Amino acid sequence: MSDSAIATEQVAPRGSRRTGTLYRGDPGMWSWVAHRITGVLTFFFLFAHVLDTALVRVSPNAYDEIIETYKTPVVNLLEVGLVGAVLYHALNGLRVLLVDFWKHGPRLQKPMLWTILGIWVVVMIPGTYFMLERTVREMFGGN
Amino acid sequence: MTLALDKPRAPRRPAARRGNFELVSWVFMRVSGLALIVLVLGHLFIMNILDGGVHRINFAFVAGRWSSPFWQVWDLLMLWLAELHGANGLRTVINDYARKDGTRFWLKIMLYVSVVLILFLGTYVIFTFDATIPTTH
Repeated sequence: MSDSAIATEQVAPRGSRRTGTLYRGDPGMWSWVAHRITGVLTFFFLFAHVLDTALVRVSPNAYDEIIETYKTPVVNLLEVGLVGAVLYHALNGLRVLLVDFWKHGPRLQKPMLWTILGIWVVVMIPGTYFMLERTVREMFGGN
Repeated sequence: MTLALDKPRAPRRPAARRGNFELVSWVFMRVSGLALIVLVLGHLFIMNILDGGVHRINFAFVAGRWSSPFWQVWDLLMLWLAELHGANGLRTVINDYARKDGTRFWLKIMLYVSVVLILFLGTYVIFTFDATIPTTH
């Protein structure tokens, strides 16, 4: 028995609407919530990113100045968050495509969620290393 | 005696779906999403992870990339697909959560204004990029 089925039974006495739902509280629901949040955040970043890149039409040093902020430790860390958000959105988007168009997709939505989360972790570990390596070295390594 | 009942169905269907906009946007999200997996993940890998990542990016780096039509087309395609994909997603989010018609209306106006601004500015920058633009102080 899965966790969500247990949760449903425990909550059932408080409101019968909870019973019989296939979706509410299921990991599939949370994957949808995370898809929305990562999508909206990425869209707001895209707005800022097009504006900062547009500075190449102002002057080389105007662009270089703003791009230096991308190399500071705090923003560098935010970049790891951005890559993590986009990677999740991409992998889960692929899962949504498989649910929509693959005949076994709906049945396998949960195993596919665990699969994409596994891929996410496997990619993010070396990814985070390469994104933060220089920042960490300069902060703690002396040079 | 007959029991008077309202007609169970409206005599005429309400105005049929106006076009297939929602269907087209549903398909667009999937097609553009598939393309963006390659475009955006490739972009993030090159810019943030490969060969020193963000630390090697500056004006000269951008000039080097945009001297190639391949990366110009890549970035233009990515700009348009990402902006429209994101805008359509945010349109859905606004439709879901805005409770008052006025709120929904103004949020969408802001969204569409930002989309036009970003698409225009981004396209303009890619097409008019000048590697010899003078430095200012």
